[in-house]
Amino acid sequence: MHDGHFGRFGGRFVPEVLTTTLDELETAFDKAQADETFAAQMDALRRDYGGRPTKLYLAEHLTAHAGGARIYLKREDLAHTGSHKLCNVLGQGLLAQRMDKRRLIAETGAGQHGVATATIAALLGMECRVYMGEEDCRRQRLNVVRMQLMGAEVTPVTTGTRTLKDAINETMRDWVTNVETTHYLLGSVVGPHPFPMIVREFVKVIGEEVRGELLEREGRLPDAVMACVGGGSNAMGMFHRFITDETVRLIGVEAGGHGLDTDQHSATLVAGTEGILHGARSYVLQDDYGQVHPTHSISAGLDYPGVGPEHAWLRDTGRAEYRAATDAQALEGFRLLCELEGIIPALESAHAVVPAVELARELGPDGIIVVNLSGRGDKDVDEVSHVLEMVTPSDGESDVHAPDRSPAHPPRSSARTSDSPQRAASSSTGGEEG
Amino acid sequence: MSEAIREANGEGRAALVVYLPAGFPDMDTSRACLEAAAEAGADLLEVGFPYSDPLMDGPVIQQANQVAMDAGYTPHDDIEMCAQLDANLDIPSLVMTYYNICWHYRAPDRLAGFARAAADAGLSGAIVPDLPVAESAPWLRVAADVGLASVFLAASTSDDAHLASAADASTGFVYATSTLGVTGTRESLSQRAEPLVSRLRAVTDRPVCVGIGVSTADHAAAVAGFADGVIVGSAAVRAAADGGPVAVKRLVAALAQGCRRGYRAPASSESAR
Repeated sequence: MHDGHFGRFGGRFVPEVLTTTLDELETAFDKAQADETFAAQMDALRRDYGGRPTKLYLAEHLTAHAGGARIYLKREDLAHTGSHKLCNVLGQGLLAQRMDKRRLIAETGAGQHGVATATIAALLGMECRVYMGEEDCRRQRLNVVRMQLMGAEVTPVTTGTRTLKDAINETMRDWVTNVETTHYLLGSVVGPHPFPMIVREFVKVIGEEVRGELLEREGRLPDAVMACVGGGSNAMGMFHRFITDETVRLIGVEAGGHGLDTDQHSATLVAGTEGILHGARSYVLQDDYGQVHPTHSISAGLDYPGVGPEHAWLRDTGRAEYRAATDAQALEGFRLLCELEGIIPALESAHAVVPAVELARELGPDGIIVVNLSGRGDKDVDEVSHVLEMVTPSDGESDVHAPDRSPAHPPRSSARTSDSPQRAASSSTGGEEG
Repeated sequence: MSEAIREANGEGRAALVVYLPAGFPDMDTSRACLEAAAEAGADLLEVGFPYSDPLMDGPVIQQANQVAMDAGYTPHDDIEMCAQLDANLDIPSLVMTYYNICWHYRAPDRLAGFARAAADAGLSGAIVPDLPVAESAPWLRVAADVGLASVFLAASTSDDAHLASAADASTGFVYATSTLGVTGTRESLSQRAEPLVSRLRAVTDRPVCVGIGVSTADHAAAVAGFADGVIVGSAAVRAAADGGPVAVKRLVAALAQGCRRGYRAPASSESAR
């Protein structure tokens, strides 16, 4: 893949004012990649500051619950700042420093990338502003406070959908205005070239770690690696090292929201069409005229009508598969990890859990699946308790219950080894994919 | 389109380019506002086709776009309005919109379909601010086929090679952005505009118009001192919002005076003509 294209996807559709800067960014990245001191700096920061490599955990209770393939969790939730996002911001923060930019700006949906950017700005002594949709500021309030504590200015975005899409628009507008002093620290494998390539290079360490450790422990590659997909950075980080391992299925799970038969979802690769958004050609949720649709997901981080161009290419070549999990399925996955494993996952990451359980049953006990647990769920606790109460009473979504009313597995011991009828019922509704 | 600019220059004034979005506050009023701009002395009209994610636009134009989209107008309605406009006016118009709108028009023809529809509606050219020269080959081909001029943006942050390629690809005029940033009114004119125009003059003989942040008659007069044309957008949209065609007419008349008052023919190109 050269000149920023992945097949027909990617490219650089931005105002002229940014093209010279994007060239400079690419040059700075190429130079850094060839520079051993940059690599050493990254390694040290990742290890001592970021807590890498993150653990690979065999989720025995989830595995027993599924009754099939072994399910491993890649514990990105244990990395500093609570998600995989730090890998990318460490790299771009150091690049910004090398380019003499003293100000970082970023968009954020769930706040995970905003928190990571605020963190690196504090560490490197840079000014930082984060744009976050007003609606997302509300539902991820904890992360707003975290950013502010580290000295970042959080600007709520009140235009358009008031979520991630418009946060990106607003960050782009800031960048167009302040490009000479400011680096746009883009948080996913989206945007104009060279961002999808740079972000991928900084997050691909996830899959590299998984591959190395699994070979050591199991003596073989996994049958499938899975990750949630919004813009697609944690999935690309997981997939990239495995692209040439043709026996390994790469499975991305998008946000199915209220269902793909509604317009209330964010499943861009499953249900979108080709278009140009935020500087790149990819799949987009849009109308026949090219006006971008508002989207919905219970998770702010997946609530986005675009997706990284390399994912579009992996989809079209058939190398990766993409499916969708609904809000209800994400909540189900959230609850499974909480109750079976004692891990509170981010709602984003929770989207991959129910599809992983289903796949585990398909593959049978000889299979191995690795799920990227891209973030932890402290930030979601308020929202989840709120939503569970809303959907609990008899509204037909019988597989979602508030924990105090109906624990996933009332008799703890049996729950870990056998399916309750309720569980079987819920998983039968879980096969929604495109 | 470049003829219209040269003609204005020949009459001792900078050409005045006025931007207004189609469908704001409704389709008929937007056409009336564009016609009022023409009557009051605009030399070129720039018709915005609203897009959901206009990342080069500031709040004034964003809000106007939103009003038009909320009213349910589509790019097909916008094209139709341009056709009516063309029937009523004798100055050239160009469309300004984002690449995703062009690319989706009349799928599967897409870009070619958009170019043909624009030409059929009497439009003379197109400005697509998120289409840089490096990505423009497919568009330039279909635009040239139907005789549509293309206008590319040039910015002070661009190196000389980018400036030269933007100027070469611009078959109408070169759009020099006066300041870094998105569209919007500004109190004072940026100091960056004049040096940028000088740099462009060194690499092109094409007309150079200056826009973004040019809001008042005094700004227009200042820009007319070094550029071939003056582009005013957000100030016109604000006038349309506040007082409809009457207010647009008043503003454009004042801007046109500024374009005349401040005009100085560039020494080198004067002799070339």
